[in-house]
Amino acid sequence: MNINLKVWRQKNGKSQGKLVDYKVEGVSPDMSFLEMFDVLNDRLVSEGKDEPIAFDHDCREGICGMCSMYINGRPHGPNQGVTTCQLHMRSFKDGDTIVVEPWRAAAFPVIKDLAVDRSAFDRIIASGGFISVNTGNAQDANSLPIAKDNADEAFAAAACIGCGACVAACKNSSSMLFVSAKVSQLALLPQGDPERNTRVLNMVAQMDSEGFGACTNTGACSAECPKEISLTNIARLNREYFAAQLGSDRS
Amino acid sequence: MNWITKMFSSSLGQKLIMALTGLFLCSFLIIHMVGNLQLFKHDAGLAFNKYAVFMTTNPLIKTTSYLLYAAILFHAFKGIALVFQNKKARPVKYQAFDGKANSHWSSRNMGVLGTIILVFVVVHMSNFWWQYKFGHVPYTKYTVNVGDNSLSSIPIDVTNEDYMKGFTEKLVVRPLGQVDEIIVKDLYRSVELGFKELWLVALYIIAMAALSFHLYHGFKSAFQTLGLNHKKYNGAINFIGIGVFAILIPIGFAAMPLYFFIK
Amino acid sequence: MLDSKIPQGPIESKWTKYKSTVPLVNPANKRSLEIIVVGTGLAGASAAATLAELGYKVKAFCFQDSPRRAHSIAAQGGINAAKNYQNDGDSVYRLFYDTIKGGDYRAREANVHRLAEVSGNIIDQSVASGVPFAREYGGLLSNRSFGGTQVQRTFYAAGQTGQQLLLGAYSGLQRQVGLGNVRLYSRHEMLDVVNIDGKCRGIIARDLVSGKLERHFGHAVLLCTGGYGNVFFLSTNAMGSNVTAAWKAHKKGAFFGNPCYTQIHPTCIPVSGDHQSKLTLMSESLRNDGRIWVPKRKEDAAAIREGKLNPNDLKEEDRDYYLERRYPAFGNLVPRDVASRAAKERCDAGFGVNKTGEAVYLDFAFNMKYKYGKQVATLKHITDPTEEQLTAFGHEVIKEKYGNLFDMYKQITGVDPYKNPMMIYPAVHYTMGGLWVDYNLMTTVPGLYALGEANFSDHGANRLGASALMQGLADGYFVIPYTIGAYLANEISVKPISTDHEAFVKAENEVSDRLNKLLAIKGTKPVDYFHKRLGKIMWDKCGMARNVEGLTWAISEIQKIREEFWKDVRVPGDANEFNPELEKAGRVADFIELGELMCKDALERNESCGGHFREDYQTEEGEALRDDENFKHVAAWQFNEVGNWTLNKEDLVYENIKIAQRSYK
Repeated sequence: MNINLKVWRQKNGKSQGKLVDYKVEGVSPDMSFLEMFDVLNDRLVSEGKDEPIAFDHDCREGICGMCSMYINGRPHGPNQGVTTCQLHMRSFKDGDTIVVEPWRAAAFPVIKDLAVDRSAFDRIIASGGFISVNTGNAQDANSLPIAKDNADEAFAAAACIGCGACVAACKNSSSMLFVSAKVSQLALLPQGDPERNTRVLNMVAQMDSEGFGACTNTGACSAECPKEISLTNIARLNREYFAAQLGSDRS
Repeated sequence: MNWITKMFSSSLGQKLIMALTGLFLCSFLIIHMVGNLQLFKHDAGLAFNKYAVFMTTNPLIKTTSYLLYAAILFHAFKGIALVFQNKKARPVKYQAFDGKANSHWSSRNMGVLGTIILVFVVVHMSNFWWQYKFGHVPYTKYTVNVGDNSLSSIPIDVTNEDYMKGFTEKLVVRPLGQVDEIIVKDLYRSVELGFKELWLVALYIIAMAALSFHLYHGFKSAFQTLGLNHKKYNGAINFIGIGVFAILIPIGFAAMPLYFFIK
Repeated sequence: MLDSKIPQGPIESKWTKYKSTVPLVNPANKRSLEIIVVGTGLAGASAAATLAELGYKVKAFCFQDSPRRAHSIAAQGGINAAKNYQNDGDSVYRLFYDTIKGGDYRAREANVHRLAEVSGNIIDQSVASGVPFAREYGGLLSNRSFGGTQVQRTFYAAGQTGQQLLLGAYSGLQRQVGLGNVRLYSRHEMLDVVNIDGKCRGIIARDLVSGKLERHFGHAVLLCTGGYGNVFFLSTNAMGSNVTAAWKAHKKGAFFGNPCYTQIHPTCIPVSGDHQSKLTLMSESLRNDGRIWVPKRKEDAAAIREGKLNPNDLKEEDRDYYLERRYPAFGNLVPRDVASRAAKERCDAGFGVNKTGEAVYLDFAFNMKYKYGKQVATLKHITDPTEEQLTAFGHEVIKEKYGNLFDMYKQITGVDPYKNPMMIYPAVHYTMGGLWVDYNLMTTVPGLYALGEANFSDHGANRLGASALMQGLADGYFVIPYTIGAYLANEISVKPISTDHEAFVKAENEVSDRLNKLLAIKGTKPVDYFHKRLGKIMWDKCGMARNVEGLTWAISEIQKIREEFWKDVRVPGDANEFNPELEKAGRVADFIELGELMCKDALERNESCGGHFREDYQTEEGEALRDDENFKHVAAWQFNEVGNWTLNKEDLVYENIKIAQRSYK
């Protein structure tokens, strides 16, 4: 296969970027999308004309959440429920032109080329995405039974890999799906109950201060989420938030 | 900051305002629709005109209507502000953007759709509401036969200032034995005349299409914002949102100008 | 002989007694003691969070963009704990015994017993911090079986146990970051340790975004930097997983223990072509329900390879379920090293089933139909289900249990594993070797600790499935918080040392010189070229089977690669910018040095044990043949200069378990 790439090149956070054309020849359909970039980068290094393309990636098995390419107008490319690293070239045709851009959001500034800074997510978790239990304080794991349905739902929310595709997909660059996944997971478990009010209030406040847009329920986040995190989590976040504002001593 | 301002200034709180005002406006649409159906009655507009009087004089309705105007303004300007605010969250746009792959067109264009509706509301209100309240609306005298309810109507020459004297009321009913004589502000005639204008009819139809798409997303979106998303009830919410608000109501409203244009 | 500082007394009470007698640091003093934690996987995140909770000032470093990306996240199957919730006879002793036996009698008894003792607390702690483990309908925790054991003691969260545990530990870490007790340095790579007066006092780290070098002081430094499987280029490790932090420590005096012990995981997706950048694991939990087989006849295997025969059409009697045949007691659930070698043996003999001849089947059809399909049919009161019904019912159960793994398999290979048997082949997965540590988890450099996969301690020559997560969290949550006190109690009077100290300056200069040297070569070959060459040599000569000739050849070949690398590598860009190629170059340079040591260690160990299989030391049946007389020790290598090491030994004493030949028949 031969592929025409248009890749966003940007030297660093301060400089302007632009799309640059590359032709990659002899692509195998069994290659992953990132492996195609490896091939291209090796070529760029060997030729010595252009610097290799910087992009984030690590586990390459769809779980670490580091890879983050915006491919032909969609985060993680054309397939449903898949990260960029799990996208394979058999999903494209010979001669295709593919536009590759970084996640774009004020809260995710570009570091270089396709790599962006997603530390805003870490700060949101640090503001409340946890259960305050010091090591050694825990009671026996089976002392609190949890209904299987709740445990399963909490798990489905907890499957979020923090890749930021939701923000990238959303026309408002909203991070509601990410925040809601964590709030949901902990709201569904009895262990998370004692801090449910402060958690949701603090996490929403932090989310707003990071410069993400507001949710307008387009559903793009969930449709593009590689872990298919459901929109019901956003509804639950809304419930949790208004319940905390209206029904608790906290604000 | 106290908790109320804190809540309503958060991104979720602002959405809550949009949802609550939006649903309130939806409830008005139903009332407005039901009332306006009287335009289709073959009574030379009597029922419609009576309804218009009722809507503008009943104290409860009057109070509600001020709430409604406030809601319209709030919903519209908050919505526009949010659109600009949300745009700031992505200062550099994508070169390639495939929105249709993951979301419905209407959900991505609520601002545009809402603006069309706002323009429409302004035109609509200035055409009818403003005219009715402050402008020049003709009067009509209806003579209703008490026995068989048969009816005749005569427009009152509004240029005859003497005759008009004493008619500060919008509606006067004089029982005259065999017949009732009813003199009423004839909004119906304004409607009839107005909808002979092609551009106005076109604007109404475009606006109702916009309303349809706006509510297609807006209705169920409001429930999502309120946190009401549950597989047991989503079917009903979708059914009402699409069936009633995105299809029936816009079609009903659009039928009115068309009806008068063709009539 | 090395002193492992194992406490005296009977094994059951060593840890309890240690905990109650270890020196303590009072809360006021903890606040003035600084600890550097490098790496934020299970060990690093749990250690950093716990130490911060105790009151120490902690700095946490990771090279990824967020601590949550650490490769612990990719662990699939589960975590072991001796909870005995299933009432099937499990106990701390059994977990201890299974781990020692699974490690082929090459692990330190006291460490392993401690690990088994705290295993239950890990589950408690994780559940309390919101980890959504799988549950039964009654609301209690569910367990499954894993290789090398005969009880069900593995806790799991679908096929994403590592992710859930890491996110639990990460949330604890972020909580401490939010409270200001931990300072987080993401996108920072540790490039050297700084020793002052014989003690480790800090690190040199590179801010990967700006490229600037930073000096950080710490009263103690914890390396939680994972394993070095990427020395093979192709492995199940993440692309960024590297040995650099551990290797720098090694070059600054920390001994490297058992570098040749590498775990080759039996169930990975086979290699598809030269472009391949990494291998993907299919969780060991699949062996609960998947049966491993190859055709009985070579003709059939050849026909399958050529695409002339569909494996589903091969009759039951023409299939060779070789694990069930060779190891009837454990069947498909033999430990990983055994399963891997058996697959290699079949493929080498010509029974491989994919184009390259390096794959065997992992087949779910039987259990899908007859185990789960029948179960569901019974539940639905269908007395005489059709074959199609059974398949459909079983399909649902399999989907619920392993759905994400099946999806991943399909995504990568393009083949639907619900309809066709999976193809698998062994791949490098985990490294049991690592920095040598004593009972306190301290390396041979005072104040420098190694936790999790980065150390060598608990798994001997082979790790059992679901034990890596257990060890990482045990070290971080429950071991280091106690054992670090033994060292820091004597450090309370040490004021923070200025990073202008000459040792810091010197270390930073060395790091900077090395980076500049890499950039100055301006050769012709990209870094990956060397990495791939190294990987192939390691896999061929120091992989599943090793011999004297191959290892000797490999050592000289790796030396050649090293020379060539430093002459001909091309690293574009410069040091003062985000430069992933430069990061990679530094890591590969370290892998090359490590590769040589691994071969040396493999050559030195004239026996077969666990993941180290020497072809010249095997039984008539092809099983590993240990030499307890001469090799019942840990090989701890001391660095002299590049390519030159001194071997030190720690004798392993078995007081509680009788050493025997490992048998899973």
